[in-house]
Amino acid sequence: MKYLTEFRDGEIARRIAREIHQTATRPWKIMEVCGGQTHSILRNGIDQMLPPGVEMIHGPGCPVCVTPLELIDRALAIAAQPGVIFCSFGDMLRVPGTEGDLFQVKGRGGDVRVVYSPLDAVEIAAKNPERQVVFFGVGFETTAPANAMSVHLAKRRGLRNFSLLVSHVLVPPAIEAILQAPENKVQGFLAAGHVCSVMGYWEYPPLAEKYGIPIVVTGFEPLDLLDGIRRAVKQLEEGRHEVENAYERVVSFEGNRAAQKLLAEVFEVTDRTWRGIGVIPKSGWRLNDAYREFDAEERFHLSGIRTEESPLCHSGAVLRGAIRPAECPAFGKECTPRHPLGATMVSSEGACAAYYNYGRFLSAEQLASAGRGLSGAAHG
Amino acid sequence: MCLAIPGRVEEILTENDLRVGRVNFGGVVKRVCLDYVPEIEVGDYTIVHVGFAISKIDRENAEKTLEEFRAMGVLDEELGSEEEAWARAATTKPSSCPDGSCGGE
Ligand code: SF4
Repeated sequence: MKYLTEFRDGEIARRIAREIHQTATRPWKIMEVCGGQTHSILRNGIDQMLPPGVEMIHGPGCPVCVTPLELIDRALAIAAQPGVIFCSFGDMLRVPGTEGDLFQVKGRGGDVRVVYSPLDAVEIAAKNPERQVVFFGVGFETTAPANAMSVHLAKRRGLRNFSLLVSHVLVPPAIEAILQAPENKVQGFLAAGHVCSVMGYWEYPPLAEKYGIPIVVTGFEPLDLLDGIRRAVKQLEEGRHEVENAYERVVSFEGNRAAQKLLAEVFEVTDRTWRGIGVIPKSGWRLNDAYREFDAEERFHLSGIRTEESPLCHSGAVLRGAIRPAECPAFGKECTPRHPLGATMVSSEGACAAYYNYGRFLSAEQLASAGRGLSGAAHG
Repeated sequence: MCLAIPGRVEEILTENDLRVGRVNFGGVVKRVCLDYVPEIEVGDYTIVHVGFAISKIDRENAEKTLEEFRAMGVLDEELGSEEEAWARAATTKPSSCPDGSCGGE
């Protein structure tokens, strides 16, 4: 495992960590929403540099993890149809549906292609007018402008054989759902830097105000994360609840106006089911009426899809931050990255897989006797 | 999946009415849509996510971030070719994690 001491900026990191230790007088629970941040925190051992009691809770920020099983099953069904070219980002290939994954669909003769950008899928559609080309558009606000441009371009170029299987999820409604949950323990948030580079952070001040929580816009590198945590802890200690930008080199308050404009032209807000969490009202985007004809769910009428989740899995509680991965009785036993029972073990950005991969193996019993959670019990 | 990677714009073209740049990510060059960052010019650095530039960034920060992402091992996954993506998937057991990093370390 890599530790921060191995980084070029190890000295600065240690200085920020010291400052957090000096500032924190009480236990605090801070959630990083983004899976990329979860990954970076665990990979760099940042959780283990924090004072006992200052805990990072890992939020539902892995788009692969929260994509409902039902949608994966739809993707598999469409990809298996003759005459279809199914395009996806590489990280969806091994995400299991009820039966199999996209990799296996290709093995059985399906035309599944990995693209770098959704525009590559539009190009494939232009070159194959006799085939239906579908792009699997999952992700948060960061990915949405790319998907919006793909349908916008397809419409402008009159490509009737292109469609989008779309399941966009939005961060602010997820934050609100977490804060409204009766068992909520989260006292402050690190907002995901790249989501904010698109959306800005004008949506956050009302949340910070309404729920009395600090929200710090934070990047992905070790120093960014430590700085974000430092600022959140400082606010909590001082009883403040403001929105701060710790990622100014990339994020502005307004965000990317041009991207937001096209998003508004192509998408409309909709209720979304988050795998493991359930329906969160107004928490996603779908294509609006003007673009409905490019919606793969409209174009391919699929019926008879039945999905089943494992009864052993507590990924919903993990995604809400109610329990830590290792507190799930199946963690590391019935459920490992090779045999994932739930969404949060499937993706390497999922909290359960990240805990597993970075050696946070403590069982629920060990945790309870350690008494203060993983950040206190340095291990791995 | 939400990571955006900094790169340097080397050339700007117009394709299908889109502003498209050739962007260099520390050696790997990709075609990137620049429509969302109209202010970008050749020689500028920008943060790119799934083939779209989403914000401008200065050179020093761009290079530092690129180095950091390389150290974290996330570049290959974001910038690899289709063949590499399939090869990665092939060595990943069914139902294992998407990018093959499970069980690593
Ligand atoms: S360890 Fe596995 S079974 Fe338990 S919550 Fe995580 S994904 Fe679900």
